[in-house]
Amino acid sequence: MSRNRLFNPALLPLAVTSLLFVLTFGYGAVAYTGFLSSQVFLNLLIDNAFLVVVAIGMSLVILTGGIDLSVGSIIALVTMVSASLVEHHHWPVYVVVPLCLAIGAGFGALMGCLIHFFQLQPFIVTLGGMFLARGLCYVISIDSIEITDPAYMAIAHHKIMLWGENFISINVVIALAVVALGVFLAHYTRFGRTVYAIGGNERSAVLMGLPVGRTKILVYTFSGTCSALAGVVVTFYMLSGYGLHAQGMELDAIAAVVIGGTLLTGGVGYVAGSLVGVMILGVIQSLITFDGTLSSWWTRIAVGVLLCAFCLLQRGLEHGGKRQLAAA
Amino acid sequence: MVVNASQPVLEMRGIDKRFPGVNALSKAALRLFPGEVHALMGQNGAGKSTLIKVLTGVETPDAGEIRLGNELVHPECVGHAQQLGISTVYQEINLCPNLSVAENIYIGRFPMRHGMVDWKRMQQDAVAALKALNVDVDVSLPLGHYPVAIQQMVAIARALSTDARILVLDEPTSSLDEDEVARLFDTLRGLKARGIAILFVTHFLDQTYAFSDRITVLRNGEFVGEYLAADLPRMALIEKMVGRAIEESAFARPAEDNNAEHAAQDTGAPLFSAQGLGKRGAVQPLDLEFRAGRVLGLGGLLGSGRTETARLLFGIDRADAGSVDCGGAKRQFRSPADAIRAGIGFCPEDRKTEGIVAELSIRENIVLALQARRGIFRYIPKRKQREIADRLIAQLGVRTPDAEKPIGQLSGGNQQKALLARWLATEPKMLILDEPTRGIDVAAKLEIMDMVKAQCRKGLAILFISSEMAEVLRVSDRIAVLRDRRKVGEIDGAGAQERDVFRLIAGAEQ
Ligand SMILES: Nc1ncnc2c1ncn2[C@@H]1O[C@H](COP(=O)(O)OP(=O)(O)OP(=O)(O)O)[C@@H](O)[C@H]1O
Ligand SMILES: [Mg+2]
Repeated sequence: MSRNRLFNPALLPLAVTSLLFVLTFGYGAVAYTGFLSSQVFLNLLIDNAFLVVVAIGMSLVILTGGIDLSVGSIIALVTMVSASLVEHHHWPVYVVVPLCLAIGAGFGALMGCLIHFFQLQPFIVTLGGMFLARGLCYVISIDSIEITDPAYMAIAHHKIMLWGENFISINVVIALAVVALGVFLAHYTRFGRTVYAIGGNERSAVLMGLPVGRTKILVYTFSGTCSALAGVVVTFYMLSGYGLHAQGMELDAIAAVVIGGTLLTGGVGYVAGSLVGVMILGVIQSLITFDGTLSSWWTRIAVGVLLCAFCLLQRGLEHGGKRQLAAA
Repeated sequence: MVVNASQPVLEMRGIDKRFPGVNALSKAALRLFPGEVHALMGQNGAGKSTLIKVLTGVETPDAGEIRLGNELVHPECVGHAQQLGISTVYQEINLCPNLSVAENIYIGRFPMRHGMVDWKRMQQDAVAALKALNVDVDVSLPLGHYPVAIQQMVAIARALSTDARILVLDEPTSSLDEDEVARLFDTLRGLKARGIAILFVTHFLDQTYAFSDRITVLRNGEFVGEYLAADLPRMALIEKMVGRAIEESAFARPAEDNNAEHAAQDTGAPLFSAQGLGKRGAVQPLDLEFRAGRVLGLGGLLGSGRTETARLLFGIDRADAGSVDCGGAKRQFRSPADAIRAGIGFCPEDRKTEGIVAELSIRENIVLALQARRGIFRYIPKRKQREIADRLIAQLGVRTPDAEKPIGQLSGGNQQKALLARWLATEPKMLILDEPTRGIDVAAKLEIMDMVKAQCRKGLAILFISSEMAEVLRVSDRIAVLRDRRKVGEIDGAGAQERDVFRLIAGAEQ
């Protein structure tokens, strides 16, 4: 009874995204020598680890039908706090990282509470959070702070060797762990299923006796924590703190989530899709780098076109699904 | 729990609930005994749903006390009420269309295994729970893929699958057909035998008398009385609900209805006619004629293609055969906008998803279709809007303090009336009414039918769809009968009996 049908229509956007990734990567392999190597693929993960981390948090928020615009600013704030504590105050990494995560969690929880208790629009509340966090960066310093702490350098440069010459960074391990956590939360816990229920129909979720308020607050807390973790990852990646880091990252994250097959209105999508969404953004970026003649702004154009195409695809699916059932 | 018939499981006393501008409940009361089926009766807006929401923690009462057994309780939220053993199906379907059928039944109480949701077991349990109600669907598909009747059964399965000692069902049967109702009540009898107290709300008096032991009547939010069903004759119940006497003859077909004066309209060219209109998988090509001043009733069982026919006529679904003849011009409606331009209005069956815009005010909901037809550039001045809204609110007896309240705050039946007002406001040439009396109380049903008739006599053509055969017979001038998505015959409305229609449905050709 359960999975004996050929194809679940809800999986289609995810399938299309995955196929698109394979096609784009395949195109690169044919067009550019040196593209088809496992390290190029692994570099996609290395270079986009932070985006994967934020996108997972963003997925859950979007699944509730909300939005979190503060993620990019929280990343910047975390890089600033880390850099300043490590460089100016010589705090050890094992104190700084948990502290940063706590800041992100607190920030998210606060926004979640505002959204739930005062019934404010997530868009407005997180827009406020975005300005606030970005502003706080400049309270710490208006300049970029270089990190020279040996522990940070060691973590940043550590290569985890896989097979042959191939390697990944610690950031990739963090990102993949977050993906696993996100998938587990979304699909195998009560919390995750409540997230979907809220996105489907919040009023119904209340009438079904689900803990709607608690779940909403937790979702923003989770997203805030993910952003902070992404901030930590960015710190390792860039080895600096700067108030201009991760400008516009919230929009990249939203794009990745939507391209990954999650409906912006909430309730429909797969968390793992967001990983594929990020990888597509990454592969387009690498294609353009490999080409060498195109300006990097072409990435934006490609992403713009993709986004529109995906929204159209999802709309088409909604209609198709209904028609299929009417005919059945 | 000891089943002790003299001791109520639930007692609500002196419950007050005020909403801005309305006293939804004042000194309402209710008692439930273990192992009884209790009907909560009252007109639209009497406060039945509000009482249920107070009981289940959705609304906080302004005053009054709720006792479960001997214990004073204050349900804070639905989850809390569930823990107290109260399981509820609300009037508006309260499920999530994006979740699978199985999840909708078990969300909040998932079977867990190694700290994870046990999907496999959940689906097996869901199949079993639905089988008990004789529903056979793929439980892994999203709920939104299924029609309202199935969704309603899923909501019921959800409520039944908890071990509650009190089961509350707010108009559970309004979108079910007779078989489904019978199955539901079979299941309820089983629960009753196990000592569970069942509270249900319905506007179908037949069901009240067939299944309930005891009846509580509310009127204007006040407790009118509690009666044994066996001791309260039907007309007395109606009087208690309405607060005045109603003649039994009101339920019969009005005698006025003799065709002499309108005979001319029956022979001339029809206003609209469907010619071979059909769509594969929805309805076989059929012919229908709509005449000014005439009501065409559509008879047939649930799933016989009534709604599908209406959707084709209104251009919601695109026909792949035939056309609609609008006074000589053959037209193919590609969208509702086409049909509206041709002068057709459609009051849909499923008001929650296709009809009302809950956040907008009653006035805005009423003028919506009129404004849409005029186009956004010919804005209707607010004063004019108010005039139209107030006139129709008065005409249809919508129970509200004023036209500026969000329509979502009206009681279910009153939303239905407001929706009807929307289409009357456009002054269409033809109006399609799909289940216009669903969820409407007995007195208002009569009013709505009479109003339909009155509008019709002013020159409107009406297509009237209802699963209650008695209603179709009462208002229709002609009745087209559908079976298995095919038109099987047409009979004259005047003097037609229920058995004539059923004979057609059963297969005898006209
Ligand atoms: N959230 C709300 N805000 C304001 N008024 C409300 C709200 N909910 C209900 N009301 C009002 O309370 C009154 C009682 O409504 P209720 O829904 O309990 O009626 P009902 O008896 O269930 O009617 P029906 O048979 O039509 O479902 C109505 O006048 C309604 O307009
Ligand atoms: Mg009600």
